[in-house]
Amino acid sequence: MSVAASLRLFARNRLAAAGGVLLVVVVVIALLAPVLPLADPYAQDTANKFLRPFSDGHLLGTDHLGRDILSRLIWGTRLSLVVGLVASFGAAFFGSTIGIVAGYFGGRVDNWLMRGIDMLMAFPYILLALAIVAALGPGLVNALIAVSVVNIPFFARNIRGVTVTLAHKEFVDAARLAGMTDLRIMTSEILPNVLPVIVIAMSTTVGWMILETAGLSFLGLGSQPPVADLGSMLGEGRNALITDPHASIIPGLMIFVIVMSVNLMGDGIRDALDPRLRSGALTRPMARTTVDRDSVPEPPADPALLDLQDLRTEFRVGKRTLKALSGVTLQVRAGECLGLIGESGSGKSVTALSVMGLVASPPGVIAGGAVRYAGQEVLGAPFSELRKLRGDRISYIFQDPLATLHPLFTVGDQIVEAIQSHHAVPRAEARARALALLEAVRIPNADRRMDDFPHELSGGMRQRVGIAMALVNEPDLIIADEPTTALDVTVQAQILALLDDLRRERDVAILFITHDFGVVAQLCDRIAVMYAGRIVETGPTAEILAAPAHPYTRRLIACVPELGGGRRELHAIPGLPPAVDDLPDGCAFAPRCDKATEACRRGEIALEGFGPSRALRCLHPEIAPEEARA
Amino acid sequence: MASYILKRLLAAIPVILGITVIVFLIMSLIPGDPATAILGSYATPENVEKLNRDLGLDKPLFQQYFIWLGNMVQGDFGRSFSLNRPVLDEVLERFGATLILAGTSLVLCSILGILAGVISAARQYGAADKAITFVVLIGISIPSFFLGMMMILVFAVNLRWLPVSGMYAIYGGGDLPDLVRHLIMPATALAVVATGVIARLSRSAMLEVLRQDFIRTARAKGVRESRVVWRHALKAAMVSIIPVIGVQAGFVLSGAVYIETVFQWPGVGRMLVTAILTRDILLVQGGVVIVAACYVLFNLAVDVAQSLLDPRVKT
Amino acid sequence: MTDTLRIRDLDKRFGGGRGLLGFGKEKPSVHAVQSASLDVARGQTLGIVGESGCGKSTLARMIVGLLPPSAGTIEIEGVNYAERAGRDPAAFGKVIQYVFQDPLSSLNPRKTIRQILEAPLKRLHRMPAEQRAARIAEILDAVNLRPEFLDRYPHEFSGGQAQRIGIARALAAAPRILVLDEPVSALDVSVQAQVLNLLSQLREEFDLTYLFISHDLAVVEAVADRVAVMYFGAIVELAPAREIFARPRHHYTALLARSAPVVGRPLAAPEAADAELPDPLNPPPGCAFARRCPAATEICHRTKPPLEDHGTGHHAACHHPAR
Repeated sequence: MSVAASLRLFARNRLAAAGGVLLVVVVVIALLAPVLPLADPYAQDTANKFLRPFSDGHLLGTDHLGRDILSRLIWGTRLSLVVGLVASFGAAFFGSTIGIVAGYFGGRVDNWLMRGIDMLMAFPYILLALAIVAALGPGLVNALIAVSVVNIPFFARNIRGVTVTLAHKEFVDAARLAGMTDLRIMTSEILPNVLPVIVIAMSTTVGWMILETAGLSFLGLGSQPPVADLGSMLGEGRNALITDPHASIIPGLMIFVIVMSVNLMGDGIRDALDPRLRSGALTRPMARTTVDRDSVPEPPADPALLDLQDLRTEFRVGKRTLKALSGVTLQVRAGECLGLIGESGSGKSVTALSVMGLVASPPGVIAGGAVRYAGQEVLGAPFSELRKLRGDRISYIFQDPLATLHPLFTVGDQIVEAIQSHHAVPRAEARARALALLEAVRIPNADRRMDDFPHELSGGMRQRVGIAMALVNEPDLIIADEPTTALDVTVQAQILALLDDLRRERDVAILFITHDFGVVAQLCDRIAVMYAGRIVETGPTAEILAAPAHPYTRRLIACVPELGGGRRELHAIPGLPPAVDDLPDGCAFAPRCDKATEACRRGEIALEGFGPSRALRCLHPEIAPEEARA
Repeated sequence: MASYILKRLLAAIPVILGITVIVFLIMSLIPGDPATAILGSYATPENVEKLNRDLGLDKPLFQQYFIWLGNMVQGDFGRSFSLNRPVLDEVLERFGATLILAGTSLVLCSILGILAGVISAARQYGAADKAITFVVLIGISIPSFFLGMMMILVFAVNLRWLPVSGMYAIYGGGDLPDLVRHLIMPATALAVVATGVIARLSRSAMLEVLRQDFIRTARAKGVRESRVVWRHALKAAMVSIIPVIGVQAGFVLSGAVYIETVFQWPGVGRMLVTAILTRDILLVQGGVVIVAACYVLFNLAVDVAQSLLDPRVKT
Repeated sequence: MTDTLRIRDLDKRFGGGRGLLGFGKEKPSVHAVQSASLDVARGQTLGIVGESGCGKSTLARMIVGLLPPSAGTIEIEGVNYAERAGRDPAAFGKVIQYVFQDPLSSLNPRKTIRQILEAPLKRLHRMPAEQRAARIAEILDAVNLRPEFLDRYPHEFSGGQAQRIGIARALAAAPRILVLDEPVSALDVSVQAQVLNLLSQLREEFDLTYLFISHDLAVVEAVADRVAVMYFGAIVELAPAREIFARPRHHYTALLARSAPVVGRPLAAPEAADAELPDPLNPPPGCAFARRCPAATEICHRTKPPLEDHGTGHHAACHHPAR
């Protein structure tokens, strides 16, 4: 990430920019204090005490000793800013050092350092500050030390957390093997990566520290008369709060303005530096994917169980549009298993999620096409209709069962909820049904497992729960999005066999998303091959595997190493898939294809029928249409 | 669960000991003769010498610590010279008032903060979110002591709705409605910052959770959206909100020091400030140790609440 | 023929030890790697296969010196390095290097490719600047990357390119041995083959010896001369690659081979549903696989079978080896 990009982001944030401007004004005035034509902040004139603002010669009036409030305000601001900044740097330096050392070394070093930090955290922070001031005596420097010390734990903990994650990254191991010493790894590998976190932590705490030092001064424990920071001005003004409120309101407002502008800017800095925020990741997905299409395609003449028609799903990130799907058309018939296969980035998962409007939105938008369930259009339907389909008629099985089950509910409760979201059945009945399903997916001791939390189950068992949950309302279609990718091979074999049995027993259709030809070959009746957001070839599994017609399909199958081949050179496809924000004209595979001609790089190449039961998007098929049979 | 609580209680003992060590070490930084510091500058030489003997100040530092610790374990926190009464009695009496104030504030800020955060996250970038974000920004930027003073000016001096300060009316007060009337302003002023912090954190915790795969699963199951937000997401978000409430309790206790000063609330915070300014060291020492120990126990309760919520925490 | 790498009875226990102050009761420990012994001849590739949690990565991290072993020896070209493991990674770095599974997390996001490739040259070989530039150009060419990539940051590369940078960094140290820890499992199949073929070229070109770790049997079979199968922390079978999948002796190896999805083989669950790993904190006394094994008898539950030669260099740890 570049500095320029961060700056742009910061400037785009209008609130942060406003805070920044305000703060710069305050800082410039404070810096100019010695050269501005200000009255002597210490000159007493008791005859003119408590003059109101806009009095002659005293723009903001005078205080209880007749001193010029404007002058004292500017000098006090200067002091408050310096103290807040120094306290913040002190806390950041010591806290970050402790955090990096503890997080990097781990083990006993970590344990001892963090126990010490825990001790400091065990105090309500002001007690510690008060104790320090009590021991060192009231005074601005002592207050600064106190505020700095009590904020060390905040930095130490934050930075340690980040460092622990980094220290376990593989690049740190690589640095060790490259001969770097621990000290060098900490300063040149870890520090550059935690620096943004330190800056964020500082920018969000500077305001707080200014407030705290002002607070100690307000109590009379910070700056001592006649020197005054904003806090002690407020404290002095308090004695005459009711009779002469301006002496308190002015410094109070000043503290408020400074702290607010610092906070605004701090938020801006955080947003600009935090990479998760930048990618827009911290927006929450809405209940359904936004649909923004010009027209809805005509319903097909012969509707299947599920029809996707020219589906176009995009991700709109800032000014860029990533076309994840550029016109996906496919059909799933009742009771069949269709395997949707493709490499990462081909759009296969987006296709799966688009069906029930589950693509995260923002940034996802369905920009065209239609999804029809039994002939009925789904994407334009009211949310209540869509919700009734979800999990009842069309259900999902996702990839990583640990992340996709709620960690704080028992598996039994999660299945029961799937039933009760659609059917008003008593809880006992729903539980009985959930139990029956857990038994159907062959979970041993199912009645005991009902009350287990997901983390108490193994990966394979969790995925069985996922399958049970998908089946519980007897859906017509299950969309399985790489359900076995996160599992070990022996467990994968069990899960696949189970899915195959269940779909035949219950006559449920499956849309099976995967990147593995072996899996597709064993489970699916038909295959659809995706490349760069489009289906390039579809047809019966056996036919396609025996005689692939698209050059991509043929070469992809050739890449898959199969057991029993012995030691050998493997087939590769040169080049990389195209970026989805910069798709070439014509066939997206043309740049990597050895059969490509000029015609392949122009215009639109349609997905057309190929032989009796197949379809193909290619000008130079590997086989003739009449060979397209198993 | 009982064994978990017991385990945590045992683990709290070294923390409380650590607190006493830290306080002891800080107090040993006091320059000059501690006995004079403790008794004040008007103490007679005989008294100074007697105190030096009693506290073992002629002994090495670590022995002094154990003498001090031993006395505290027996409930002897020494005598406050400025008030001329046992430190323990004074601290306990004042701590009650602080608990009423801080407890009310903590309840207030937890409820309001979580509500605001959840609504804000569920309606991200909507009007409610923008309004809440703006109010929260002001809330966390305004010094609580300044806010308190402004409330006094407006509600007590100008509108005369509420009493200016104190905990009870001097004449004819002392009942619950009287306490509540006195409590409204300080408790609100004290809660503002913590409400802002909790609201911000709840919002980002909710946003974080709403992006998780298990929320997508709930939606894919057809769970109603209100249930997705208030049950699935909030429960998971509470895992990160509860510790924040624990930390905020410390901030509320800390803020009480200012608020008690502004509203003349007879709590332990104001006592400590006065004690520091009069150099009543034993009172400071005792007050800090007792309040910090109570805070440790409170955080223990937070940990227990956390383990009840999250089955993944090892009990 | 001399062996480049010789490992004898390498052992790793995690946990155990005592509390913060060094007293209190001993904590439970996990025996992550159980006396592993391996030899790899110069220029050969040894494949290590196993499912998650079998200890294959722990074994690899010990061999490259990132983790100190609890017991055993690591001999590289006749020198025992075990004493220095976990203490002096630089000593290892000159003779053995590691290529990581996740290509992106193995590259520091805040360093340019040049900085990343220079580190081993500077730190391990103290090479002067002009020599470094020449060497980097040479290596970059060897892994088929263009020189203009040098001043870019890791996030600008695809997975396959990033993995080549990881390989280039490992090569820069001029090691004798490369440990490849699932080097292609994060990549798409079409890119996988590119990287695997590159690796086999580099092995010839730089006279390297490989330790290739993977969960994918087909990939291992395509690249390895010999294969070791690990289960629950122990090597259960060790044999020439052609042999091991064609005629597995250990029933676990047979199960692995049957489980891999293969075009043209019908789906059938190879075993019952509750087949799970034993509890590592409370391991069974006998063969760890006995509970899942179709051929298990009483002796399997009682005594651990030793790794024995079943002829022609085919070792298996099984009381009732398959025929």
